[in-house]
Amino acid sequence: MSYLVTHPGDVALRLAQHVELTLSALAIALLIATPLGVLAARNGRVKQLVLAVFGTIYTLPSLAVLALLVPILGLGFGTALVALVAYAQMMLVRSIAVAFEGVPQPLRDAALGLGMTPLQAFWRVELPQAFPIVLGGIRIATVSLIAIANLAAWIGAGGLGVLLFAGIERQDNQKIVLGAVLSALLALGVNFALEALERSARRRAGLA
Amino acid sequence: MTDGGAPLRIDRLVVRYAGAENAAVDEVSLDVPAGSLVVLLGPSGCGKSTLLRSINRLVTAQSGSVHIDGRDVRDVPPTELRRGIGYVIQAGGLFPHLTVARNIAIVPELLRWDGTRIAARVDELLALVQLDPANYRNRFPRELSGGEGQRVGVARAIAAEPRLLLMDEPFGAVDAIVRLALQDETVRIQRALGTTILFVTHDVDEALRIADRIVVMAHGQVVQYDTPLRVLAQPATPYVEALLDTHDAVRRLALLRVSDAMRPHSGEPGGARIAPGQTLREALSEFLRGADTLAVIDGDRPLGTLAFDDVRRALARAAG
Repeated sequence: MSYLVTHPGDVALRLAQHVELTLSALAIALLIATPLGVLAARNGRVKQLVLAVFGTIYTLPSLAVLALLVPILGLGFGTALVALVAYAQMMLVRSIAVAFEGVPQPLRDAALGLGMTPLQAFWRVELPQAFPIVLGGIRIATVSLIAIANLAAWIGAGGLGVLLFAGIERQDNQKIVLGAVLSALLALGVNFALEALERSARRRAGLA
Repeated sequence: MTDGGAPLRIDRLVVRYAGAENAAVDEVSLDVPAGSLVVLLGPSGCGKSTLLRSINRLVTAQSGSVHIDGRDVRDVPPTELRRGIGYVIQAGGLFPHLTVARNIAIVPELLRWDGTRIAARVDELLALVQLDPANYRNRFPRELSGGEGQRVGVARAIAAEPRLLLMDEPFGAVDAIVRLALQDETVRIQRALGTTILFVTHDVDEALRIADRIVVMAHGQVVQYDTPLRVLAQPATPYVEALLDTHDAVRRLALLRVSDAMRPHSGEPGGARIAPGQTLREALSEFLRGADTLAVIDGDRPLGTLAFDDVRRALARAAG
């Protein structure tokens, strides 16, 4: 841990890069996955197609995906971002589709029967009901992204992986432990926070 | 509400689901007078719910027409149409993430009533369905019993004073005793507001208990459309006879006395008379001959009156 004492700036930078990469990937991934997931919940053929494509991407080893992207996109943050976004799709689209499929039919019927437009029914009834389950998907995707983001260092995108790889290269156990502990703490902290959020969202949706 | 109910006319309505061999609703014509409570009765799959849902256009009819208040429902945008029609479904369909007050306020909010008017209306409706506003308005649906949830469902449906109310097996999920109370409530509210109600059920006793007129349906068609009295006493087909178990009902009436069902000293004795010891089956014959109420007279001592409503209430009591 003495590296933390001697180089606090570098450790903070790596942590910030790791968070930045994870959050950017999550944000972009959600922008893509939300409409796809909602569409998949309404249309069985869309669901089949989308899950087949993202399912295939998801099964590819992450290291291999990064390696394959380098000749196309070069090294750096952008390439890592693309890989992480592609990775998160499967987890997010599937949980969003399941969440919206799970809204009970009588609630949709009531919403439309009372005279809501389809858009009003979506915002006022379907989204509040689906949200806690979507949060569960976001939690799992985020924790996975934090883990995979360690590999980003290998293609020059920074993050806590830099400490890990440098530690392995120079047989510096302190750095390895520091990098591992920090990314584990980050994942655990995020998991804990999102779990708490999920519980309160469930209560508010009347699901708990 | 003072403007009462809307008349409803359904003319040769056909609804066919994609891929289905037979039409779900097959050339149904129905005239529902303003302010009446008409029950659609039949086994599941007979098309009664589909018929109901084609009135507020949750289901699209292939041919025929539905007129509410003389206006073709196809001439009104569906959202506007539905905001003007009350809709109650089984188990209430209350939104679990909204309080009782917010659930009831849905349609007034869609109609952009102002906040104070909505709040006042919510309290008025809770009182109408016999739930204490102070105690109930901020509860969530999970904090309600089945019967309370159903009452809130009714309050929500009539919030914006619709002149037509559609109820789709509304009390199917509550226990028998609560169901009886809710049926009485429905009739009471209907009498008070004059709303036209179309009520779907597969429960024969429920239909006999609340209906002004009963529509007996089978295979997407109307088999009989008549008052409970005539459906019971003169079933149009063997199917109606079997569905309502009319033999059994008339037999049960033969076991009950006029004195079990009459109202003591309410109103002036009318034309036709009956003795307290006679059976309700004999009373039924008098009603079929055209009497509205019978004077119950013991020798020459008037005891009270008997109307068909009293007969069917006694029948429901005996059944339940």
